[in-house]
Amino acid sequence: MTLQHYLVISAILFTLGIFAVLTRRNAISILMGIELILNSCNLNFAAFSRFMTPPEDISGQVIAIFGIVLAAAEAAVFLAIILAIYREFGSIRPNEVDTLKG
Amino acid sequence: MEITLTNLIFYGFALLTVASALVVVTVRNIVHAAFSLMVTLFGVAGLYVFLQADFLAATQVIVYVGGILVLILFGVMMTSGRLEMRIHIERGQLLLGGVITLALLMLLLTVIANTPIWKNLTDDGTALPPTTERIGELILNGPFLLPFEVVSVLLLVALIGAALISRKEVRD
Repeated sequence: MTLQHYLVISAILFTLGIFAVLTRRNAISILMGIELILNSCNLNFAAFSRFMTPPEDISGQVIAIFGIVLAAAEAAVFLAIILAIYREFGSIRPNEVDTLKG
Repeated sequence: MEITLTNLIFYGFALLTVASALVVVTVRNIVHAAFSLMVTLFGVAGLYVFLQADFLAATQVIVYVGGILVLILFGVMMTSGRLEMRIHIERGQLLLGGVITLALLMLLLTVIANTPIWKNLTDDGTALPPTTERIGELILNGPFLLPFEVVSVLLLVALIGAALISRKEVRD
């Protein structure tokens, strides 16, 4: 296994997440895309920590753990906002939530 | 590269991760997408094990599969009626999004293949000691103490904020 194996997997996960965010018309699917992006980012942190630093230095893994914590906080707030939007608009399609659109 | 059991398992995990992520972004039924996301998260946890990040792999399974995925499924159940389970996709958006995504993937792969300092870094397969103790040292008695405290305050803020946003409005 080389560093590039992990980077390629991470790049594929990242672009698939971007694809979901760009094309999906359901807020929860967009959240799944964002989770894929965050996972690819954490995988990169762990991979660089394994290959680019001496083996006893694991700060990259700690940063990845902080990334997981941030993802949890983000998912909680995201779903709270989705519930509020659903109560207000009766739908979670992002293009129907257009009150601020000029 | 010779075919060993380790390599086979690694490629199995890599294939599992990528294929299930592809299912997440293409399948029409949102519940199927959520369960496919679970497979992706387990696959990433397996890749963490290959990177000898045991604590990170355990955290990934506990927080993502046990927490975030359940949260997502709750969100699906509470907001999607029988009609909303199927995800609506517009044709033009699909084309434009696909082109942008492919261009981005090509760019990233070019960078990965051509960066000189990333080449020839191989995992020699030597076993490292478990990471949990050293991560605890780094977080509670080292350079990450301040970020740890800040992130705990952030979690509290997110918790209170989420409860405040999602509750029913009380009019007096």
